[in-house]
Amino acid sequence: MLTALHFAIIAPFIAAVFVPFLYKKFSYIHTGWFVLAVPTLLFLYFLQYLPITANKQTVTAVLDWVPSLGIHFSAHVDGLGLLFALLITGIGMLVVLYSIYYLSKEKEALYNFYTFLLMFMGAMLGVVLSDNLIVLYTFWEITSLSSFLLISYWYEREKSRYGALKSMLITVMGGFAMLVGFVMLYSMTGTFSIQEIIASADDITSHNLFIPAMLVILLGAFTKSAQFPFHIWLPDAMEAPTPVSAYLHSATMVKAGIYLVARLSPVFAISGEWLWLVAGFGLTTLFWGSFSAVRQTDLKGILAFSTVSQLGMILSMLGVGAAAIHFDSMEDNLYVGATTAALFHLINHATFKGSLFMMVGIVDHETGTRDIRRLGGLMTVMPITFTIAVIGSFSMAGLPPFNGFLSKEMFFTAMVDITSFHLFNIDNIGIVFPVVAWIASIFTFIYSMMLVFKTFTGKMQPEKLDVKPHEAPFGMLLSPIVLISLVIVFGFFPNILSYSVIEPAMASILPSLLGEGEQFYVDIYFWHGWTIELFMTMGVIGIGTLLYLSLRKWVAMYQVFPDTLTLNHVYDQTIVGVERMSSRLTGSYMTGFIRDYLLYIFSFFAAALIFVLFNKNAFSIEADLAPISLYEVILAIVLVSTAFVVMFTKSRLKAIIGLGVLGYTIALFFVIFRAPDLALTQLIIETVSVALFLLCFYHLPHISKELEKVRFRLGNLIISIAVGVTVTLIGITANSSRLFESISGFFPEASYDEAGGKNMVNVILVDFRGFDTLLEILVLGIAAFGIYTMIKLRLAGRNEL
Amino acid sequence: MEILMSILAGILFMAGTYMVLSKNMIRIIIGTAIISHGAHVLLLTMAGLKTGAPPLLGLKASTYTDPLPQALILTAIVISFGVTSFFIVLGYRAYKETGTDDTKKLRGTDSYD
Amino acid sequence: MKSNDVILQTATKVVLFIILAFSVFIFFNGHHEPGGGFIGGLMTASAIVLLMLAYDLEMVKRILPFDFKVVTAAGLLVAIGTGLGSFLFGVPFLSQTFDYFTFPVLGELELATALLFDIGVYLVVVGVTLTIIQTIGEDQ
Repeated sequence: MLTALHFAIIAPFIAAVFVPFLYKKFSYIHTGWFVLAVPTLLFLYFLQYLPITANKQTVTAVLDWVPSLGIHFSAHVDGLGLLFALLITGIGMLVVLYSIYYLSKEKEALYNFYTFLLMFMGAMLGVVLSDNLIVLYTFWEITSLSSFLLISYWYEREKSRYGALKSMLITVMGGFAMLVGFVMLYSMTGTFSIQEIIASADDITSHNLFIPAMLVILLGAFTKSAQFPFHIWLPDAMEAPTPVSAYLHSATMVKAGIYLVARLSPVFAISGEWLWLVAGFGLTTLFWGSFSAVRQTDLKGILAFSTVSQLGMILSMLGVGAAAIHFDSMEDNLYVGATTAALFHLINHATFKGSLFMMVGIVDHETGTRDIRRLGGLMTVMPITFTIAVIGSFSMAGLPPFNGFLSKEMFFTAMVDITSFHLFNIDNIGIVFPVVAWIASIFTFIYSMMLVFKTFTGKMQPEKLDVKPHEAPFGMLLSPIVLISLVIVFGFFPNILSYSVIEPAMASILPSLLGEGEQFYVDIYFWHGWTIELFMTMGVIGIGTLLYLSLRKWVAMYQVFPDTLTLNHVYDQTIVGVERMSSRLTGSYMTGFIRDYLLYIFSFFAAALIFVLFNKNAFSIEADLAPISLYEVILAIVLVSTAFVVMFTKSRLKAIIGLGVLGYTIALFFVIFRAPDLALTQLIIETVSVALFLLCFYHLPHISKELEKVRFRLGNLIISIAVGVTVTLIGITANSSRLFESISGFFPEASYDEAGGKNMVNVILVDFRGFDTLLEILVLGIAAFGIYTMIKLRLAGRNEL
Repeated sequence: MEILMSILAGILFMAGTYMVLSKNMIRIIIGTAIISHGAHVLLLTMAGLKTGAPPLLGLKASTYTDPLPQALILTAIVISFGVTSFFIVLGYRAYKETGTDDTKKLRGTDSYD
Repeated sequence: MKSNDVILQTATKVVLFIILAFSVFIFFNGHHEPGGGFIGGLMTASAIVLLMLAYDLEMVKRILPFDFKVVTAAGLLVAIGTGLGSFLFGVPFLSQTFDYFTFPVLGELELATALLFDIGVYLVVVGVTLTIIQTIGEDQ
């Protein structure tokens, strides 16, 4: 049944249809204002679910789609889904508002932008609210597609197209792998419903496909969430307009992978491989992203690598959180904290990273550049933007009193705690976790500082800017201000989130730990005492500051890495190689010469049919055949000899007349075989055809005197003989074997009683199979109009073709 | 008789295929026409030949030949007329536009520029 | 093209009407005897083609001032119309029926809706054939 919940998911798609009309009709109003209504209403709608999920209740609405395959459009709202739905609609609202000021209504193709954006919003809601894996997959791919379209929004730019293609190739490859994983899950559990799979999770852990399914699903999640080594698409995706980067490539779409990992944790998290893979890839990405961010000179480049790194951090926490499952309850269960931290940081990241992206967009918009080598000293001209940048960056760097500090502390706690975990070899080398986390945090601190101080302090270089910078209009500042206020609010009062949003989401990730009526303990405090985490943070700040100040001295070390060893180089080479190989392969058989194509078709036809005929032992000859009279033999001889004349003649007139003779002979055969209608039709058609041929051929050239080479013709002859033999064998076999009872008895009985006609052929044509005839005359009409068009309408403006 | 007709259909197919595979446009068009002739003969043969009176109830015969293949063939004859004439005009126009009727010279270009 | 086709022209004058009359006969006869929309249509068309060959296209255009494309379209409309007509009686698309009526002079006759459909077929076949021939012929 289609419920309001389903409607909420597809509402953005429906709205997207109307965007071009609104753009056209109300061109004096920025289309964004209309679009703004969609996420706003949806955000309010989803807020209503908060009390429901906070009480550990879920809402499920099922709409049959392909019931025979177990595919239902089942919308499922639980804590985790709702958290993401609120994120999608909430951030969506602010991004649309921001885009109204960012994209000029005169210059930009707003109808494209908002159509794609709404399409993405709906798809993303579909991903997080679907209970069915196939439906989830469908929406997942739509998000990839809309991301592709949005990155290539300024498609006239080479780099936009490159970035769009790269993101598409990588995420769709991952998505496809994920589909394979879903099918494996189906074959193990017999259902596509996530909730049902979770319910039967215990039964499949020892299944052969368990590990393969986990690996390919993780591949999908990692490519989407830009995990190392698949992160390379995200920096190139920054070619998209900044609102898109803020929305898709930091707050929502890239978190789809995290969502998937969280969602399927109850299924896979019991295995050690899961813990190692998720936490391992997460930490590697965390380090590599923050390390690479420092070498960037483009503000959006820094933010892109920072997003990569933060996504890795969230994933590593989710991975570590899986350790909690190995305990029966929440008592003394240290590792639950990691999951709490992951969810909390997920929200925090959306707030500070969203505001930072918008901040960078403002700088770009007002100064015309994002290059930190050309920027500087903007503090005095753009004070509000500066404030946003400071708060956002400090939160990202993990400085108090902002929300980033809280989640960073919790992250350190999780990484320190995991060292004492006694399964899967972690107690031996577990010390790596906190060390990597700590080093990565230092780099995070450095690039956060770069973001603020390289842009806003130092000497202004107006000669390097194309325009005179000034503060952005208020409307543009509104969205980042809202987000940055949230950074502060969540920093001071984190617990407004804990039991309303985070705790219900945890219940979805770690359902096995909760007994009836229990709930997780999610209280977040500023002050933990003089713990190791606090010392780690202090170390980060201390060493980070030193390194930042001496940045100029050691930044050259990035040049040590040769360009040919980078992942981007590998990607580019692969693409070029694959393209070259496929074009060579295609070129080898797609010659553009029609004879070659026909040769493939005919040889395949002959080979396949003859093979099947003898492989299945189907060939048979029936003894009971109609007698042959002398008259028929004469006709046959005429037919064969004419066929040979037509085949080998060099005169087109002979060929045409020969064709006519063939037609008339066949008409005579129709007479013999008791088919008067056919005979009549064939006779007249043949007459008209010959007239037509003669009319046309008057203008056509002669058949070339120098016929094709002997080898060419010999090849053709062999193929054509093979085809002829095949047809003969098929004809004899079909005539001799009756696999089904013939329906021909129906017509003599029915044609007079039911259709009132005595000519059965005609009755079949106009009555029993009237629909065929209708379509047939339609085809005839199309052919006639095609001919008319070809002759009468010459191509106008042919040069443009 | 059925065997003879199957062989005839085979020969028609062979002749048609041979002509379709050549380079000359006129021969290709004639080839397609011959192949459709072959198909008609094949259809009729597969249903069995001379199994009764023509499918006209006015004859009041005890058995009739199967009318269904005949209806199919009737449709096919008319359609193949439409297709053949379309081909003729296509070839005719292509010759007028390009000045050649050699399919080897009429390759589509596959370049992206 | 100037040539002497007096014999053809004289013969055509006579034969044309015989063919046309026969084509109409064979068309109406189609429900019970060999014939019908396809054959009748083709025969009518071939009669007109003969006229075109004997005289020339201009002349035929003067005698028969139809646009044959319109004839094709009209035929298609008739055929689809009979199909849609089924909906008026609440039966599936293209359902046909028949009954017997007694006419003055003619006596009892069978009238079938299939005949209407066949008229559509007839018109399309005539229209298509002549459109093709005429278009090609005019492009000389």
